[in-house]
Formats: sequence, structure tokens, C-alpha cells
Amino acid sequence: MASKTLYSDPRLKKRDDFEDILEERRNSSDLRYALRCYTPLLYKGITPCKASMLKTTVLKSDHVHYVIQQLSKEMGESPDIIKEEAAEILEEMAQSLQLGIIRFFAFTLSKAFKKLFQRVKVNEEGIQRLQQAIQEHPVVLLPSHRSYIDFLMLSYILYTYDLSLPVIASGMDFLGMKIVGEMLRMSGAFFMRRSFGGDKLYWAVFSEYVKTMLRIGYAPVEFFLEGTRSRTCKSLTPKLGLLNIVTEPFFKGEVFDVSLVPISISYERVLEESLYAHELLGVPKPKETTSGLLKARKMLGDDFGSIHVYFGHPVSLRSLTQKKINRSNFNLVPRHIPRKPTEDIQAFVNNTGYRMVRLQQENMVVSPWVLIATILMQDLPGVDSDYLIEKTAWLRSLALLFGAFLDWPDHVPTSKVVASSVALHHNIVRNVNGRVVLIDEEKPNDNSSDDLVFKKAVTVLMCASYRNQIMHVFIRPALVAAAIHTACNARKEEVFSYFNFLRELFANEFIFTPGNAVQDFEDGCYLLVKCDAVQILKQDFVVTETGQSTISFLVAMLRPFLEGYQVVCKYLSEEVIEGFTEMQYVPAVRTFAVKMIISGSLKSYDVLSSDMQKNCLAALLRLNVLRKTKLADQITIKINQAAVTRLVDALDGKTPVQKAALARL
Amino acid sequence: MPEVLNGVCMQPFHYTQHGSSMASSSNISELQQNAKERLRIISGHLQKPANREQLCVSANECKAEAADRSLGKTGTIPKRRQDILKWNGWGYNDSKFMFNKKGQAEFTGKRYRLSGMVLPALREWFEKTFGASLEHKTPARSALNPSDVPPPILNEGFVQDLKSTAIPFSCETEDRIFRAHGHCLHEVFALREGKFERVPDLVVWPNCHKDVEKIVEMACKHNICVMPFGGGTSVSNAVECPSDEKRTILSLDTSQMNRILWIDEKNLTAHVEAGIVGQDLERLLNESGYCTGHEPDSMEFSTLGGWVATRASGMKKNIYGNIEDLVVHIRMVTPRGVIEKSCQGPRMSTGPDIYHFIMGSEGTLGVVTEVTIKIRPIPEYQKYGSVVFPNFDQGVACLREVAKQRCAPASIRLMDNEQFQFGHALKPQVSSIFTSFLDGLKKFYITKFKGFDPNQLCVATLLFEGDREKVLQHEKQVYDIAAKFGGLAAGEDNGQRGYMLTFVIAYLRDLGMDYYVIGESFETSVPWDRVLDLCSNVKERIIRECKDKGVQFPPLSTCRVTQTYDAGACVYFYFAFNYRGLSDPIHVYDQIEHAAREEILANGGSLSHHHGVGKLRKHWLQETISDVGLGMLRSVKEYVDPNNIFGNRNLL
Repeated sequence: MASKTLYSDPRLKKRDDFEDILEERRNSSDLRYALRCYTPLLYKGITPCKASMLKTTVLKSDHVHYVIQQLSKEMGESPDIIKEEAAEILEEMAQSLQLGIIRFFAFTLSKAFKKLFQRVKVNEEGIQRLQQAIQEHPVVLLPSHRSYIDFLMLSYILYTYDLSLPVIASGMDFLGMKIVGEMLRMSGAFFMRRSFGGDKLYWAVFSEYVKTMLRIGYAPVEFFLEGTRSRTCKSLTPKLGLLNIVTEPFFKGEVFDVSLVPISISYERVLEESLYAHELLGVPKPKETTSGLLKARKMLGDDFGSIHVYFGHPVSLRSLTQKKINRSNFNLVPRHIPRKPTEDIQAFVNNTGYRMVRLQQENMVVSPWVLIATILMQDLPGVDSDYLIEKTAWLRSLALLFGAFLDWPDHVPTSKVVASSVALHHNIVRNVNGRVVLIDEEKPNDNSSDDLVFKKAVTVLMCASYRNQIMHVFIRPALVAAAIHTACNARKEEVFSYFNFLRELFANEFIFTPGNAVQDFEDGCYLLVKCDAVQILKQDFVVTETGQSTISFLVAMLRPFLEGYQVVCKYLSEEVIEGFTEMQYVPAVRTFAVKMIISGSLKSYDVLSSDMQKNCLAALLRLNVLRKTKLADQITIKINQAAVTRLVDALDGKTPVQKAALARL
Repeated sequence: MPEVLNGVCMQPFHYTQHGSSMASSSNISELQQNAKERLRIISGHLQKPANREQLCVSANECKAEAADRSLGKTGTIPKRRQDILKWNGWGYNDSKFMFNKKGQAEFTGKRYRLSGMVLPALREWFEKTFGASLEHKTPARSALNPSDVPPPILNEGFVQDLKSTAIPFSCETEDRIFRAHGHCLHEVFALREGKFERVPDLVVWPNCHKDVEKIVEMACKHNICVMPFGGGTSVSNAVECPSDEKRTILSLDTSQMNRILWIDEKNLTAHVEAGIVGQDLERLLNESGYCTGHEPDSMEFSTLGGWVATRASGMKKNIYGNIEDLVVHIRMVTPRGVIEKSCQGPRMSTGPDIYHFIMGSEGTLGVVTEVTIKIRPIPEYQKYGSVVFPNFDQGVACLREVAKQRCAPASIRLMDNEQFQFGHALKPQVSSIFTSFLDGLKKFYITKFKGFDPNQLCVATLLFEGDREKVLQHEKQVYDIAAKFGGLAAGEDNGQRGYMLTFVIAYLRDLGMDYYVIGESFETSVPWDRVLDLCSNVKERIIRECKDKGVQFPPLSTCRVTQTYDAGACVYFYFAFNYRGLSDPIHVYDQIEHAAREEILANGGSLSHHHGVGKLRKHWLQETISDVGLGMLRSVKEYVDPNNIFGNRNLL
């Protein structure tokens, strides 16, 4: 199996080295840099085209023309009027990439980045691979999304290395910002509405716009698979709309191949960390405004550590489809007529989305602070400094064994590394009398009021967001560990079926490639055996003496998630009688959880995160524990109480879960 | 129609082999007289002294053949094919490309326009395109090694019965090996330096329909395998013997069934024996002032029966139609008996057309013995032409428009840039400074004045046919359309050379094989909107596959659009590469061709436009025509030939 070599053995992963691009910026003129000669190598099959020509091409395309005619027939509107509408949509969305504005950004961002960050590190081999790929085929850039900085940073890097600047799919929100929106447009951003379900004209114009740019090789097309910035710093499950669009030209034979380039952008300290925590706790996201941006200037005084940008190997869409997709299925309908993708195409695109997110995860750089946060999260509110240092060293070797991409400074004692990490994240932790504790812990056991809970929750969720950055390394062995820990016996089938149950339950929480359960299980087992935590004797798992602590640690790492889902179930069985609406759900669960925390029956704060609440809701709907019904224009969610009880029992390990397909093991 | 005008078309565009030698028995001298007269007039018309000389030569040749004929031989192709055709390559023994002592390429023989000429640019093109070198030779073995040929498996009872019929047959090694292959690359390669696992055990030459009936009846009686053999020009593995066939394999060579049985001038049809080769059919009809107009590129050697059995397509189908449009009546001998229709009505609504079971059956159901085919008066006037386009996209757009307006000339073909350059490499030495000066001027005009990129531009070749006036009118219409797509008229000469290329390319392959270069052509048909994407994707796929498979030199990967239809076009690919450094070049070649076909299918192209399925493309037939479709064909086969007497295993 191809994926085996891709994921399972970390020893096979050979990663490139990084270069700090800010170093040169600190030593030479930013102005000269911004004005230097910029001559990127272009796609060999490029059809030269101006941004304005692009719009004409799109409006004249068979696809848009066809949809306009259809709509005109459906609505009895004249095609000219609809065409005008299409032109307006295009006007609103289109980018107008201009070198002048790029140079402006190159100058200002150089200044800003130097203030904000210690280093911006880039793998130059990845840049070279990308340069090669850009010349051969249309390229799609797929960066991870943790911050607003992401796409500015990426364009900045591409400019620095003299690569073609991308066009970037962005949310409409930015257009609300005066001047800045237009500036982003001129730096290559094009804007899409957050939702345009059902608007055929919008979809036609938008998808044709993206496809045209791809087909003619106008520029690399960049978008965020995760759809939005991940507030939790865990990868989000891929959104497939744009991926569907950029894969179609290949399916229809309009291009020979498309290169998908996963890009992992890792922040040692995320600019928006506190904003995210507030958002997750229900404080609405501040609207993007220019004045807001100007206010954010005050951050310039703070130190946000290093950024690592890793350009992964370009993945050939053609080779991904081999033996999976029969492109001749597209032969019987004219290519410009929009069609819903068939099931196998949907499955393929979905799979590809997951695969690309996994590839992003694989090259996410993990800072020492992430290890510290992981340890702290198991021992809130704080631990002894010495213990922390010892435990960090231990976790470091475990993480390395599991294939984590650690950014650990050479020749520096662990104590120093821990100290400097703690210093960098002074807004989360503090070293008080030899103990590293979360801030605002003056009255450690006072959970008396909602307000205090909220305050504490902000800090905990910030800390959790760093732990989350390494979850992808541990999740598979952790699920196996939890399964060994909980399953009725240690037989491989039992462990697998519990593993599978958890994997299904957490499918919205973590990234698992659909249909890949056996592989995930084997990867998890492999790592546990590799770190000597378990032995597999015939069909039985045996936890080794030394392995007990590893297993406990992994199980503890999962505990906040398990507890969170249990809290939601408890809420459902205790508080809800008939049903509830989606609007009610998040605040109600939050209130319920806060009550539990105040009463002391719940220790973990993770469930206060709306992200976890929503993931849990989605999982319960998927597992048919909950069911959506439409009652008089309102969608109500109904509960299957028996199923909730079964789920709670299963989570507690009281009843064996249903047997999964064991034959494949 | 005036004799003079008739004569203009007497010179087929590509070969000068002519004359009356094939006329039927008594009045040879009279016909020869006529022919000579006509030739004189033609050469006057064409005002090309060089041609006159050639024509005289060919007329002389014909006399020699006429003598042959009086010994009972008719038709260009004798029973002993090896007497005039190469045993291990394409075409006539006397015609081939070679590098002379000066290292210049020349084409030997006297049959073609190019014959006897030096082609100064070919060597450089050859070396540059393939990275080949005259120092690295891979000569073919000089003669067949009889011990390489498996001994015949002879069904005694059948041989006894066959002897009693007096139908000529042979089990000589040379005769058998000659009918063991078509012209796929691996087959020719096997002839040059390999061997065949299985070859026919017996060759039989029926003389008429009745003979075929007898042979098939005996074959059924003794359960032997019959494989019809026409021109042997197959490029689909169709003639190759199944290696696990244990029965006697009888190659039924139709070449002696080559008479025109009657011509019906009222209905404009001719009833012809199926073994006649294209050039003979055309020549014999011409003598009566008619033609079929069916001119597949292989027409020198391929037969009427072969065309029917493979659904052939001719270069001038825009005027005359493809074989399915030309055929009025078919007679085929099958193990169940003879199949034919009872009348010659021009169209019938009598259920599915049974002729469509025959056309494309590729020898799996029986032997086509006689065909009634439409004929037309020889057109008064013929004119070549060519148009240069700035790039391939524009050229395709122009062809599409021409098809849309349904004003396609007899033939219109669009070559891509690589093929345009290839065509240039085949320019013969120019005789006068003036011509080369003119050439230089033309080139200057197109590339410098008009700004065409020499590495982008491509050329369409045209052939107009009909009344003189209409041709000129038609010509103007087409050139006007071309102008809208940036096309510039580029003269008759370029057009004619383009068509010539088709006929010599097969000879060129033999030259390549002497120097580590192997190649092949393949074709498809595709809807208009996908033509460009298909062309570029398939070419790209070939280049990539070559790289992946370890081919050390960049391949030649080129295509042209050769036919236009209302709803699409036929695209023809040439693919060749230098195999130095590869241990199993044929296997590599096969893999790449396979990949190219997959790419064609993925891009909306068909499995075949006119080469047929044979054994080479069987793999894809089921996905092409669906399970039910395949089942339909199977059930026909099961009814018609339950014991698989026609066991060449093509198609199904």
C-alpha cells in the first residue's frame, strides 16, 4: 500500500533543512529588496493574459454562457441581465495582481516581520521543487491555515525567491476593510462568498474563474483546504469545494496534470492566540476592519518567536488518480455543462483532501513549547520546574520516535530550552517559586464564579492550542493505547474494534483518511511497539513494564477529548427532553459545563471550546445518536436516548462496542 | 467527358506507376495505345518535363509486367509476394531510403515522386530529432533463417481434399512467413532479428468465390483454422497467428481474386472480387473513366476485402465517403454458408444492417469474396494546396469552421509543428538557385514579415477535386475561411509534399530501424471540442512515458488531424524514439503505446478510427462498446462460426 510508506515509518521521512530568510533582511536594505528585479520562471504552457482579459475569457466561456442560458429559461429573465449580474459577481471577486503593490508589501512586511518574529525559516529545497513544478504543470498551493499572516507570508516568500506569485482564494470578510481589501486584491487575492449554496450563477462564475486561471497557467492557485483559520491549531477536516474545482480540469483532460503542493506553516507563537481562545468561548470574532488592523500594531512590540514554512513535495494529481478514476466517464456529456461529481469522484476528492492535510501535518514543525504545553495540560494548573524539564526531555525522545518534526536547538540544555519557551509564552505561563504554572492562578481553587471560570478557560484553551499542535503525531498510538486501556481484553480484534469506535467518534476532531482504519491502527500499533510500550504476542497486546507510563501518558492526552464528549452526552441525557435547535446547543452545553466545573465534578476545560462542542455534535449526528428534523421552517435536533446511553457506556468501557470489520485485519 | 480532361487525373498524386498492363485479355495493344496517348496529354498539361520522363519509364515497366500477365498473372501483387515486396519491411523491394556514400539520404527505385532523389536535409533532421548517428547501425539479418520457422502442422485429410480441388496452395517457408504478420512494429522487428512462435501452416490462393466456398467447407469438415489474408498491411496484430492454435492454420490469400466482374454505368456501381488491391482497382476503373475515390494511405497494397473487414477510411472520404458509405453489396462465405442481401437497393429498412456485422468483423466470421462498390466518373480537375497557420490551435479552429460550413475539400489535413519540420526534411535537393531563393523569400515572409514562430507554425494540406470552375470557387472559399484564422496560403507544392509524406513514412521506418530508431503510428477519432486537449495530452504522455521507461533520447511525438467530420475529427499520431541503451525496446515500445491509448480514451478519443481492433486493442473493446455490446458480437460469432474456424481471434 502506497500510504504505508507515506505515513507509517517516520524513519523514512527525510526532511529538508531550513534557511532563515529574515537574516538577509536584517543585513541589507529593505527598499532595494522591494525594488529589485523580479523575473519568475513561468509555466511552460502559459497563455499570456492580463487580469482584465481573464474576466472577459470567463464571461465568454461556454460554461458561464450555458448557465446563463439555463437560468434565463428558468427565470424568464433576459440573458443580458443575467450576464450583467455575472459581470458584477466577477468584478466583486476578481484579483488584479500588480507588481507595484507586491513591492509595497515586500517593503512593509519586511519591516513588520522583523519586528514580530525572530526568524522566518523556509526549506529551500522545497522552493526548488516548487520552481520546477511551476514550470511543468499548473500548480495548486495548499498551505495550512493558522493565522491571517499565512497568505501574506507565503506571497512574501515566493517574491523573495523569485517565484510566480499566487492568486489566493480569500473570504469576503476582507473586502469589508477599506483600502486593505483592495490592496489584498492587487496582491493577488480573489474573494469568495462564504456560502453560495444553490446560487448557480455564482458557482459557475466562481468555478470558471478559478479553472481558467489554472488552465492557462495564469499563476499558481492558492487556497486553504481547511476553509478557515483553525482556532484550535489542530488541522481542520478538509473542505472540498475548491479542491473539486481545481481537480476538474484534469478529469476533463483540459490539462495534462496538476501539481498539488502541501505547505506547512508553523508558528512558535500564534499572533491570534488570545483572540482564538476568546472566540472559542463565545466572544464573537472582531470584524475585519482597517482600524482594527491599525490597532493591532501594538503587537509589534511583542516577540512571536520563529515561523517555519515547509514546502512539501508536489503531488501529481495524475498519479493520485491512477487506477482510481476512469476519466472516460467524462466523455458522454459536453465538458462545459456543469454536473454533480459522481460518487467515485467525490470519494476521490475527499480522500485527496485528507491526504493533503495529512501531508501538511507531517511537516508541521513542533516547538519545545508544544511539548511543555502537552505536559502542563495533564497537570493543571502547574508542575515543578524540575519535573517539567525531566518530563520534557522524555516527551521529546518519544515524539522524535513517533516522527515529530521537532525544532529543538542544538547544544542547549533542556532546562534552558524550557526556560526560554516559558519566557516566550509569558502570557500563558509563569515560573513561580520553582513551579511552572498558568497565569492568573492566584486563587488556584476558587472556581466560584462564571467570570473566573471564563478567565481561566482563556488561558487553558491557549495552552491547549499548543498541545493540539502535536496531537497528529500521537493520535494513532494514543487511540490504540486508549483501546488497550479500555477494551475488555487485550485481544487484537477487541482492541481494534474499540480503536475503530474511537476513531469514528473523533473523525471530526482529528484527521483520519476515510476508509483507512486498518492502516491507522497498524500505524498506531507499530509506534507503540517501536517505543517498547507494548508487545504483540500472537493476537494479544501485552503492555511492558516500562511501557505503562507511556500508555498512561497517551491516555491522559486523550482524556480531555473523551471527557468533553462525555459531558455533551451527559448534557443530552440530563437536560434535553425532546430536542433542541442548533442555535441553543452551544450556549446550553457551555452553561452546563461551567456548572459542572463550578461544582467540581469536571476538571477539564476543553469542553468549553465551541470547536469541540461542534465537532461532538457533528459526530453524534453522523453516528445517528442525534437526528435533524425540519419542523415548521426550523431545524430541530432530536435525540435517540437509547443510543446516547449506549454511547456513554461504550465510552466508559462498560459494554463492548460493535464489532468492526475484522476480516481486514 | 472529354478524353483530355479525363487524363488529368490519370496521374495519381503519389506514384507514377501507371499503364495498361493490367487490362483484361484481348485488346492490350489498343489500350496501351490509348494509355500512351493519354499520358502524353497529361504531361503536356502538367508542364513538368520531369514527369514525362518518369511516365515513360513506368510505361516501359508495364510492358514487362504485361508479359508476366500473359503467363496467367493478373494484378500488381503476384502469388509469390516476395518477388516484388520486401520480406522484412514495408513496400516494394526496389524502393527504400538509405544513406549514400556521401552520407546523404536518398530514396531508391523509380516508383515514387521521391524516387531517385537526394534529400539533403533528412540526415540532419534524423540525427537531431532522435539523437541517432550513422555510426550506430542495427542492420536487419540479410535472409530468413528457415530453422527459425516452426514446421507446418498439416491436417492430412484437409491437404488430400485440397489437392483434389486443384486450387493452388503452398507450404513453403517463405510463403508461410510472408503471411504470418502485418506491419506492427513488433512484427517487423521479429522479421529483422527475432522469430515468430506460430506461422500459418499452409497458404492457399482461391481464384474465385466458388473456390472460397469449397475451402471453407473443407476447413469445417476437417476442423482447421482459416485466416483470411488480403494485403497484409494490418497494424493491429490482426494477421498474427494465435500462438496456442493447435489446429492447422490455413492462410487464405485473396490476392488472385482480383477482377472487376462488371461495371454498371447506369447505377454507377462496380462488382469486384474482394482480393483486388487499391491501386489496381483504381487503375482498372480509370481505364473506363471511373474511380471509387477510396484512397486509404495503404492503397498500394491493401485490398477491397480488407477495407470491408476493417471498416477502412480513405483520404478523400469528404467527397466519396468511407467504406461503409461506398459499399452497396457484400458477399461473404462463412462456416454457416454465404451471407448477402437479395437486392442492391441504395438504402433499406430491414432491421439492423447485416453488412454492419461484416464491416469490421476483421476476419472472424468469414471471407468477403465479392463487393459491389459505388463508382464515380473521374473528376475533371485536381488541385493541391496548403495553408500555414501561426499555431496548431488556430489550425484546428480553421478545420472546425470548414467542417461546420461543410465545405471540406476532398482532403484536408493539419500537421503540427514537428510534422511540418519533418516534411521539410523530406524536401529534395532543389535544382535551381531560383527555387531556393524563392524558398528563402517565402520563409522570410512568413517568419519575419508575418511574425510566425517557426517552432509554432503548422501547415494544413489540401486536395480539391471536381469541375475546374467549382474547384477554384471551392478553393477560394476555403482560403477565405483560413484567412480568418490567420492562415496564409502556402502553395501547391507544400500540399503535395504533405501527402507524399504519408506514402513514404512507412519506408522511413525501415530506415530508422537500421539506426536504432523504432516507431509507429496510431489514430483515433474525437469530438471537436476535445481535439486540442487530446493532441497535447497524448503527445505529452508519450514523452513522459519514454522518460519513465528509461528511453535515453527525447522521442518524436507528433500528430496531425487527418479527417474532419460534422461532429469531430480523426487524429493521427506518429511516435518514434532512439532505443540505444534499452535491453528490450519492443517491450518498452508496447508499454508506451499502451499508455498512449489509455490517454486517448481518457481524453474522449475512440479506440480506433480506421486501423481496427485486431488483437492489439482487444483489451479495450469491452469498455468501448459495453458488456451488452460485446455480448451481441459474441452471439453473432457463436451462431455464424460455432467451431471458431475463422480463428484469428481478432476483436472478441
